[in-house]
Amino acid sequence: MESMELPVNGTKVETSRKFERDPETVRDEDLREAIWELGREGEWIVQPVPEPYYLAPTKYGRMKKIPLEHTWHHKSCGQCGHIPGYSTSIFWLNRVLGYDYFDPRDQTSCTAWNYYASATSNQAAQAAVAMRNFSAAYETGYFPLIHCGTSFGHYKEVRHELVHDAKLRRQVRSIIEKLGRPFVMPEEIVHYSEWMYAVREELAKRRQLDVSGITATVHPACHYYKLQTGDAIYDPEIYGGQRTAAVTGVVQTLGAHVADYSTWYDCCGFGFRHILVQRDFTRSFATLRKIEVMKQEANPDVVLTHDTGCVTSLDKSQFAAQAHGRNVGVPVMSESQFAALALGAHPFRVTQLHWHAVDYRSLLEKMGIDVDRAWAEFQSDVEKVKQGEMDYLTWEHVL
Amino acid sequence: MPSDRYGDVALEEKQRLFDEVKADSRYKTYLYGCYECGICVAACPSARFYDFSPRKITQTLAREDVELFYEQLNDDVWNCSQCFSCNRCPRQNSPGGLITIMREVAVKNGLRTTKEALAGYTRIIYKIMTTGTQVSPDMLQEDAFPDWGPQVKQVSENLDVWRRVLPPETLHTTGLSWQVEERTMHELYAIWKMTGTLDMIGELDEGLHDIMEEIMDDALEESGIVSE
Repeated sequence: MESMELPVNGTKVETSRKFERDPETVRDEDLREAIWELGREGEWIVQPVPEPYYLAPTKYGRMKKIPLEHTWHHKSCGQCGHIPGYSTSIFWLNRVLGYDYFDPRDQTSCTAWNYYASATSNQAAQAAVAMRNFSAAYETGYFPLIHCGTSFGHYKEVRHELVHDAKLRRQVRSIIEKLGRPFVMPEEIVHYSEWMYAVREELAKRRQLDVSGITATVHPACHYYKLQTGDAIYDPEIYGGQRTAAVTGVVQTLGAHVADYSTWYDCCGFGFRHILVQRDFTRSFATLRKIEVMKQEANPDVVLTHDTGCVTSLDKSQFAAQAHGRNVGVPVMSESQFAALALGAHPFRVTQLHWHAVDYRSLLEKMGIDVDRAWAEFQSDVEKVKQGEMDYLTWEHVL
Repeated sequence: MPSDRYGDVALEEKQRLFDEVKADSRYKTYLYGCYECGICVAACPSARFYDFSPRKITQTLAREDVELFYEQLNDDVWNCSQCFSCNRCPRQNSPGGLITIMREVAVKNGLRTTKEALAGYTRIIYKIMTTGTQVSPDMLQEDAFPDWGPQVKQVSENLDVWRRVLPPETLHTTGLSWQVEERTMHELYAIWKMTGTLDMIGELDEGLHDIMEEIMDDALEESGIVSE
């Protein structure tokens, strides 16, 4: 593919045009007042965002409240299942910042991966699953922080449907009440990458490694910003406010270079069903439309993203492409893992990079990490567990 | 133009399924018309690798072309990636959303082509519906993911101990993505039953349905959760 002349080469737009955002004149609605109104009418309990919170700008200039702590971590199937360093890094960063959080067992998957893969569910079931989880969060007194991009997008869709469809709302409310639970809608639906954006300066203050020599490309996750599009973080200082600032804002604040590439809007090829049973599509799309383009146009040291499916597709698809001699071979991880590394997290005990497919050694070495030593330390933990000298690795071991 | 592939299916049946799609309360917020601009196709990953077009599906529904609708319901909808890149439609359509509804109708009515499309997927349905988490660590097996390279084998060989060297207490699991309380799973079963989701599985795979129903009924009886 020929390289393209782009109006954006980093994250600063080369244009004199300015776009003023006016929350009063946007084309999509701000649901939050309707949510409070339904609360006043007794349709549901509204769980307010706990203080302290950060006000982040969204696509059309509305400010979104992002809770800093007292968060209820709505975990992700794929992150916990096969990229466990992803969620571990989010928790680790909370602990480094000294923030109070809750990691629940009274949580199910949002089940949206299955819904978008097989449609073996329906509108009411999906909404009931969401509201059961919100109810569980409310009962602990902690506020939901959603780890998965698909959960986040899907829950925004559910919220939209519940606000606009009284019949659906009553049906779902009846189900939740039969479970003996309160019917609760959070004031905001918040993705962990928004929390990362909110705490980016705090993270930068605690940075241990110099990452100024690292070039990253960012893949913005489709379900983060293409579902209910107005409710995603857009910062006028990043891409001129024309693309989401999630991930990029954090990585830049940590001091790394974010390089642009022409297929940034393309999805990763996950496909929900395809990644599990029709991966020829996923492999082709992830490598031909994303990784190879990034390599050719930006030659990054690492690809950073903020969703389960994207890390999976972009990382795992490269092995088969390498066998075909394609121009691939870039490590892929979440920005939470990258930030944790920059703040001195152990690459195997915390970011758990041994679960990733693409070789990450050159990236870690460039960041100044002694990979062999770190692996030996991790192997020592493994041996201790095998020998029964240690039941589990605990937070005390990694902080 | 529709092919004659489904000529043996009565028009009334095709119309019935179309009406079912159209009756979904989301339909009117996903379809406003079509400028035929093709922006959705340009943004669509599936359109690059399959004979698939979100524009054609949107136009078919807008024109209420029942014959072509039926063909797409059988031959096209499972190619969609459900990424919703097509939501950038200037007419405010959601072709991906329309496809979600079409897929739901296809499952609910047990279409043969749907059963074929989801044939290799049913173990995932079992996992998510019975445990509350979708892709558990023990599903990372070399024979299931040979194209992901030797790292998958390393994970499966070291799975138990690698899960124990994870600092979060909730992640010390192999058959689940995280520890889910029993009561939580049972509440999920009640949701599947109360919303007719379990019945949908019956249309897709009767055997799978029967197994799951037995598990769920026993659990619900034990926990005393109402599911009617």
